[in-house]
Amino acid sequence: MATIHVDGRDYEVQPTDNLLHACLSHGLDIPYFCWHPALGSVGACRQCAVKEFRGEDDRAGRIVMSCMTPAADGTRLSIAEAEAVAFRKSIIEWLMTNHPHDCPVCEEGGECHLQDMTLMTGHSYRRYRFTKRTYRNQYLGPFVGHEMNRCIACYRCVRFYRDYAGGRDLDVYAAHNHVYFGRHEDGVLESEFSGNLVEVCPTGVFTDRTLANVYTRKWDLKGAPSVCVHCGLGCNTIPNARYGEVRRILNRYNGEVNRYFLCDRGRFGYGFVNGPKRIRRPLLAQDDGAAEPVAPTVALGRWASLLRDGRAIGIGSPRASLEANFALRALVGPERFHAGVADAEGRLLETVVAILRDGPAPAASLRQAEDSDAVLVLGEDAPNTAPRLALTLRQAVRRAAFALAEQQKIPHWQDAAVRDAGRDVRSPLVIATPDATRLDDIAMATLRGAPDDIARLGFAIAHAIDPAAPAVEGLTESAREQAERFAALLQAAARPLVVSGYGSGGEAVIRAAANVAQALRRTGRDARIVLTVPECNSLGLALMGGAPLSAAHAALRDGRARTLIVLENDLYRRADRASVDAMLGAAEHVVVLDHTLNETAYHADIVIPAGTFVEADGTFISNEGRAQRFFQLIVAEDGVKESWRWLNEAARAAGKSNARWDTLDDLITALGEQLPALAAIRDAAPAADFRIAGNRIRSAPHRYSGRTAIHADLTVHEPKPPQNPDAPYTNSMEGYYGRMPPALYPFFWAPSWNSVQALNKFQDEVGGALHGGDPGVRVIEPRPGADSDYAQEIPRPFARRDGEWLVVPQYRVFGSEELSALAAAVAERVTGPSLGLNPEDAAMLAVVDGDAVALELGGASHVLSAQIRPALPRGVAALSIGLPGLPAVALPAWARILPAPPELRT
Amino acid sequence: MLSALRTLWLTFLHLFHRRETIRYPEQKPYLAPRYRGRIILSRDPDGEERCVSCYLCAVACPVDCISLQKTAEDGRWYPEFFRINFSRCIFCGYCEEACPTYAIQLTPDFEMSEYERRNLVYEKEDLLISGTGKYPGYSFYRVSGLAIPGKDKGEAEGEEPPVDVKGLLP
Amino acid sequence: MSPIVSGLLNVVGILIVLVALAAGLTWIERRLLGFWQDRYGPNRAGPFGLLQAVADMIKILFKQDWVPPFADRPVFIIAPAVAMVTVLLAFAVVPVSPSIGIAANLNIGLLFFLAMSSLSVYSIVLAGWASNSKYSLLGGMRAAAQMLSYEVFMGLSVIGVVIIAGSFSLGDIVDAQHRLWFIIPQFLGFVVFVIAGIAETRRLPFDLPEGENELGAGFHTEYSGMKFGMFFVAEYIGIVLISAIITTLFLGGWRGPALPPLLWFLIKTGFFIGFFILLRAALPRPRYDQLMACGWKVMLPLALLNILLTGAVVLADRSPV
Repeated sequence: MATIHVDGRDYEVQPTDNLLHACLSHGLDIPYFCWHPALGSVGACRQCAVKEFRGEDDRAGRIVMSCMTPAADGTRLSIAEAEAVAFRKSIIEWLMTNHPHDCPVCEEGGECHLQDMTLMTGHSYRRYRFTKRTYRNQYLGPFVGHEMNRCIACYRCVRFYRDYAGGRDLDVYAAHNHVYFGRHEDGVLESEFSGNLVEVCPTGVFTDRTLANVYTRKWDLKGAPSVCVHCGLGCNTIPNARYGEVRRILNRYNGEVNRYFLCDRGRFGYGFVNGPKRIRRPLLAQDDGAAEPVAPTVALGRWASLLRDGRAIGIGSPRASLEANFALRALVGPERFHAGVADAEGRLLETVVAILRDGPAPAASLRQAEDSDAVLVLGEDAPNTAPRLALTLRQAVRRAAFALAEQQKIPHWQDAAVRDAGRDVRSPLVIATPDATRLDDIAMATLRGAPDDIARLGFAIAHAIDPAAPAVEGLTESAREQAERFAALLQAAARPLVVSGYGSGGEAVIRAAANVAQALRRTGRDARIVLTVPECNSLGLALMGGAPLSAAHAALRDGRARTLIVLENDLYRRADRASVDAMLGAAEHVVVLDHTLNETAYHADIVIPAGTFVEADGTFISNEGRAQRFFQLIVAEDGVKESWRWLNEAARAAGKSNARWDTLDDLITALGEQLPALAAIRDAAPAADFRIAGNRIRSAPHRYSGRTAIHADLTVHEPKPPQNPDAPYTNSMEGYYGRMPPALYPFFWAPSWNSVQALNKFQDEVGGALHGGDPGVRVIEPRPGADSDYAQEIPRPFARRDGEWLVVPQYRVFGSEELSALAAAVAERVTGPSLGLNPEDAAMLAVVDGDAVALELGGASHVLSAQIRPALPRGVAALSIGLPGLPAVALPAWARILPAPPELRT
Repeated sequence: MLSALRTLWLTFLHLFHRRETIRYPEQKPYLAPRYRGRIILSRDPDGEERCVSCYLCAVACPVDCISLQKTAEDGRWYPEFFRINFSRCIFCGYCEEACPTYAIQLTPDFEMSEYERRNLVYEKEDLLISGTGKYPGYSFYRVSGLAIPGKDKGEAEGEEPPVDVKGLLP
Repeated sequence: MSPIVSGLLNVVGILIVLVALAAGLTWIERRLLGFWQDRYGPNRAGPFGLLQAVADMIKILFKQDWVPPFADRPVFIIAPAVAMVTVLLAFAVVPVSPSIGIAANLNIGLLFFLAMSSLSVYSIVLAGWASNSKYSLLGGMRAAAQMLSYEVFMGLSVIGVVIIAGSFSLGDIVDAQHRLWFIIPQFLGFVVFVIAGIAETRRLPFDLPEGENELGAGFHTEYSGMKFGMFFVAEYIGIVLISAIITTLFLGGWRGPALPPLLWFLIKTGFFIGFFILLRAALPRPRYDQLMACGWKVMLPLALLNILLTGAVVLADRSPV
């Protein structure tokens, strides 16, 4: 630790930090623009000037940029010194000369870092009387709006987009006073992290277009801590709502998980909540097949009558909360509860759970993954299956650059210098996938192969690291050498990381990844493993257990069960159409609880309106085994209720004795008693009776406006805002706001810090953990001393077949995930289903890019657009899956591909 | 004691003074132009709505009686709805002070009593007048940097023509 | 006309006139206050706003008759009735004119008046107590202390009159003034009595039991509707009563040249009623301790001095020297 003296007071700081970082960490206010805790310092904006003195006797001092000055022991500086104050004021005056008179019509107004800093520096009167520079704006796609006039040229956008996120299509053009931040021409921003520009930009150049349509100022937006539902990583978010409607998603800092950034799927995928297909009232199928809205009591009564014979089975869901799944499990009985995932996926998830539990390599959080200095990716197309992980891996490869900079005595926060020094230096990243990925540009080595070949590579690497691991039979010499080379890279690292998961679709790949991590552990490396899972609660559901989907079908077919209860699950995405049709046909009655009408719901006798993640409270378990609570943001006043509450009420109506939960906390207690492995989820967040100084926490900012006018067109009597019994929040601006348990922050705001940069005030140290530790609890850790046996079943090498292709899944960041694809903004980015083919295979089939091909798979024929993928191995075809309009199929699988008959070609 | 008696006498003499009362319904009082009465939304000199739905009036309102929602058309911002609950309004004029476009103005009209409270809830149709109110010349979009129909980028007051990003001149 | 019928007529007539007068006074007071404050006062309902009193009466009669749940119910209800009854009873001894008056010649008339005005304290104290609210209780306590104090020298101030007239009967006192109104020989007593009278009726500037700027509305904070109205009416009848008593004791009652006795009585009483209202228009309220200090340190010695002087003069007059 070092001591610095700021305006006559002493502060203990990290000598490796810069002065700006150190002062902000201690709660001192220094204005800044170009510095960002995740991007480092470049000293471009000159806004963070302070006065540094050489010693006690130095009265003159000199102005330095605090972001570019190390917090060396004994540094004496002054923030309040008159010359420094005047300097900062003149800087912002210059920055503001061209700033348009836009605040009232700017989406950033009210949460604008530039506004905050202008006030902080005291620049309140514009003396500049000359003309202002203007620009033309660009269309940047459905996510991000562009208004270049407002730019103050801090360069944060390109530093994030290009340097941090690896995007290529946003850059800075022109020169001097004319610099322009945009694309070379109008067009959609390609990077899946473009949404972060909204938060990174200190003013209103880049704004959230999904919010702009229903624009509301920050002070009018209610918030609640939430967890992203669009992949298995469990990024923390803050959804914002006004007039009972979700209006945007903000990043919620969690030092262990997503930190400062989200992917666009998570940020813009919320649209399904406000979608036209939302179920708002219970529906009852009439004799003529049409569904009629009915009163909740009617639906419950009918549902209860179906439950009384005790022959109901339930199908849970990986996108429903742990609590909802548990409520269903309690309603139908543990042995009649089925995990709502395809059988193959269920086995895969069981494997993941076994690996994480038996170790020895523990799961890596995203922060731990970022710290890794060598990464092996087996089979996982992270930019598409778990985008935020890809952004993390992009940072992980910079470890070598940081190490080099340290050797050259360059502080780690000197962003430009570190990047210059490490221009050609990257930590090893080895990517072995069937097809090219968007991470290939930073990979040391990329390998293409069928899933089985990738698994064999993994097994070979494990054997090369630890000879006790099973050897791979029949390996070619070059493949063995390659494996040894990769093994050496991983062994040379202090914190190697192995990444794999559901993306490859092959269990063998995951086992191979586990073997590599285990071999590294056995040879004394601090190896960690990241195994992606497809949905937000996939791991939670796997930990809870449940019979496979096929067992549900069997029970219905045999007549052991008559009623099928489907919880927040579209079965047509889980299994092929024929078997789902057969299953739903075999059930006498089908009850569907969901928030959006899907195909399964059309077959239901009773449809129950479930709450989405903003209308319910609950817990998700992310792929690293982190249980995280999400809280209700909107207390729905129509029929929408939390799934677990519906299930509980149905159990009550049916006279079941175990329906005794009045609040979520009751349910979580019961869950912990019955499933001790999950008991820790109770600690994911404080209970509903949590109070600070006797107060609930307010979910709206203190200047939330319009309280007496919002409902005035309906009633002038100002009804009391509805109260959520399951969370310690008020549904208004009354209540406590300030320092609180980190899992509870409904928004981040501090006096004079209205922008997202207010976050600095809530962290132990800027860029560190939130005050009180990062939220979430790990419920799955390797057993102490666990050292299970290596997986032994090594697949045989992939062999091409004549006339048949091995179809592997190709995930798309936009479209493959069910809920985000329902959001209008994301839907704009979804392209039609396609089948990737190797050029030679395509030539053999006589198809070119864009031609229609027929895929004969599982007894059905699908017509798809061919996509030539040069990286795909021969004999392997990549089918885009999960897209709307594409049936569910279990992959990888062998299939026949034919050029589509001419009448189907377009 | 004497002062008390003097007070009594002086007070008594007021019996013969002129009455200050204005007999209101028959006799209209003079109200200054800046009198804080009924709130209206004005239009700019071109006849377009001045309100740009910036929410500053709503946030300035101490009784939270203003509620609105932004929408946009051709780059111009408008309130989709604009509601003032006059049964809560205290006519403090903060909304007018907060308004950056002179859209919301208080007028010298206070005769707005109703028998039912809900009739005091005014929507945009009830608030919008066709004139410019107290500030005849001002048009926000002439000074702001947004492009709207009839005023492209660089055409606002004190703006240079848009930068040619691809130009090579220094 | 039999004495019983004329007596009853007297009683009923006086009651009706009093209550009507109290109602009318509400209008008169507000009108006068208006004039003294350069306003009009109520001038909308009926000619000159005369029907304002009727409108107020209708309003107050139709208000919800509400007793707070925390109040001591029976006492809460009795208190305003006590206020009404005591002031009305006190009027029994006032000789309005030679022929009008219920018990004008009651030989202890003046004592009866003092007794009744003492009893009225109960209504205030009980109201304050029964309301079970701190403002009410504070108002009640103030009323008790203030009225008990001023009672003392109110009684003492009239002793001079009694000494000269040689009787407690108000009729006799009026008769004793056929040559000279007692205001001349008893000026000191008159001043003390008027001030004590204001305090007894709890009128401004001595309305500390109400003290609306610090106590809400003092003892009747919790009262509404007609129960509040009874306090209100009692206060106005109290004004009439005290004006009538001043007239009787110091201004020769109904005596006067040329005009009929009843008119003389009404003119003199009306003058004091107007004076009371003028006090309200002009004077600010003293502090509570100032009020008590004034009572005990100024008024009491003055009243005693008055008795001493009067006694001395009367004795000197009668002495055989």
